[in-house]
Amino acid sequence: MTLLSYAKAMNRALADALEADPAVCVFGEDVGAGLAGLTLGLQQRFGAERVVDVPLSEQAFTSAGIGAALNGMRPVIELQIPSLLFLVFEQLANQAHKFSLMTGGQARVPLTVVVPGSGSRSGWAGQHSDHPYGLFAHVGIKTLAPATPTDAYGLLSSAIRDDDPVVLFAPAGALGVREDVTAPLVPVPIGTARTVRRGTDVTVVAVGHLVHQAVAVAEELAGEVSVEVLDPRTLYPLDRAALVESLGRTGRLVVADDSNRFAGFAAEVLAVAAEECRLLAPPRRVTRPDGAVLPFAPTLDRAVQPSAGQLRDAIRAALK
Amino acid sequence: MSLPHLADPAGRYRTMRLIRSFEELALEWVRSGLVVGGTHPYIGQEAVAVGVCAALDPADQLTSTHRGHGHVLAKGADPGRLLAELLGRVGGLNGGRGGSMHAADFSLGILGANGIVGAGAPIAVGAAWAARRRGEPTVLASFFGDGALNQGVLLESLNLASIWRAPVVFVCENNGYATTLPAASAVGGSACGRAAAFGIPAETVDGMDVEAVRAAAERAVERARSGGGPSFLECLTYRFEAHHTMERRFRLSYRTAEEVASWRERDPLAAQPPGAAAIDLEVAELLSSAAGFALASAEPDPATATDHLYASGLRPRSGAAL
Ligand SMILES: Cc1ncc(C[n+]2csc(CCOP(=O)(O)OP(=O)(O)O)c2C)c(N)n1
Ligand SMILES: [Mg+2]
Repeated sequence: MTLLSYAKAMNRALADALEADPAVCVFGEDVGAGLAGLTLGLQQRFGAERVVDVPLSEQAFTSAGIGAALNGMRPVIELQIPSLLFLVFEQLANQAHKFSLMTGGQARVPLTVVVPGSGSRSGWAGQHSDHPYGLFAHVGIKTLAPATPTDAYGLLSSAIRDDDPVVLFAPAGALGVREDVTAPLVPVPIGTARTVRRGTDVTVVAVGHLVHQAVAVAEELAGEVSVEVLDPRTLYPLDRAALVESLGRTGRLVVADDSNRFAGFAAEVLAVAAEECRLLAPPRRVTRPDGAVLPFAPTLDRAVQPSAGQLRDAIRAALK
Repeated sequence: MSLPHLADPAGRYRTMRLIRSFEELALEWVRSGLVVGGTHPYIGQEAVAVGVCAALDPADQLTSTHRGHGHVLAKGADPGRLLAELLGRVGGLNGGRGGSMHAADFSLGILGANGIVGAGAPIAVGAAWAARRRGEPTVLASFFGDGALNQGVLLESLNLASIWRAPVVFVCENNGYATTLPAASAVGGSACGRAAAFGIPAETVDGMDVEAVRAAAERAVERARSGGGPSFLECLTYRFEAHHTMERRFRLSYRTAEEVASWRERDPLAAQPPGAAAIDLEVAELLSSAAGFALASAEPDPATATDHLYASGLRPRSGAAL
């Protein structure tokens, strides 16, 4: 039995993409050394001209990725810290995302941005622990949050092949996940959810690493309630059909989303459910607090992240 | 194999006249309400766009700015399609999706005007890097104003271009002002000093003299094409008109009438080649048929408002109730 780790799966997806398509290249800090795991060994294998160590100029190298994409490349940008996304929000939201429409379809920007280790990394405190996927989904950038090694491989592969900009969040809480992979690794279509666990009483939509927490809670409550766990995998465009189908059977909804509550991803899932489904009870969500800033002390850090206990309570509340 | 329409002095004069007349027509159309949102007139700066583009090959590329009509026309875009773009018509360069500040023609290497000051420079660096990787001899000209000298991303881009030896010619059009802010009071050190700090050869050029700009641009393009890396040109120029057409209503007093008049005396179009009168006539005819094309072009169908949002063809959810 070979256990595939999440980090290794992403590394393999990137290696396969570099191997398959000479247009694929990587820009990032310390990617030659493979500091974040994503690019481990790839510069040795594909050369420093394709796996490019760049200076600490996130805005310039992200836009350089746009320019390279306009000239036929498929750049992958690695950002070391989720909060660096705030630094390049202009480049992604205002440039990369808008080129296709603003040019009347003349331009395409096949750019992939990967954050290996998003969300809390325990002890990294306020400026290294955000999970701003909702911002990118709101803007309309294809936004991915794989929970498993198989999906990390599949979604990163699809992101690189996609003709639009894509941001992929690899949650720190999922990086340690290992999987016994027997089937060949293949691309996972963007915009398709996965039913992780079948159930009949309540649908738990869980994002990223929280998928594993949701499955554990579902098992724990198995004697009490039949929980379906739905992993959207792609946050935007959301697989609304899968959500509506599941809710059509369960009629109850809980969302587990490790990001800020107000106008967050979970809020959109609730809105879709309200608009398109008939729920039997008010939907619930487990999120970070409104406008959360992760405090340093481990107990405080954990206190603002969605917990298994909160999810259990939310499921029970949704049953009433 | 330079751009054929800029190959001789007559062609360069003709293109400067085209830009001037185009901008005058655009001003008229803003005034009459035909063009909504206004424009940033390029009048006065024509020698920069034309001088730089005269050093480029057809396959070379450029990134432009909010004040982009001159660059777009100098590289060879069809004036009728640019006018149609200002009108937001389907026949526009961008199908009416971009307007004045986003005009682009990728078939001519025009990677777009850009509404964000300084945003084009890093795009040019990446485009140049990619072209070289693909074994193409493409050189990128990146235009920006004095205001962009204070954008962090522009300084990052100079560094990136330098360490990558990217085939980029950075063209700073120093027209003395960022909107109302004098460059003299906003730029610490000097424009060329900033480029030099990153190891990029830099020179200051008379931006009102098309031949001086062309000569400097040719040196820079040659350096880029032969693997010598980026160059930086500071072109001293002046805009004769408002920063933006809406400024005309405000009668701002950030510069004196004398100052404007003294620069107008150095009008790049004053030096006329033999046969200039005939060229002017020819340009007037070209523009009137361009205007005819633009005015005859259809308004886009509202049902197509989100077309092209995704290159992959993804259709976004409608904003209306289900
Ligand atoms: C990053 C950014 N800041 C502010 C603006 C608003 N703005 C548009 S043009 C302009 C002045 C630009 O001056 P300069 O770069 O010298 O170009 P010029 O207008 O003189 O051609 C400003 C402040 C903007 N578009 N982008
Ligand atoms: Mg200026």
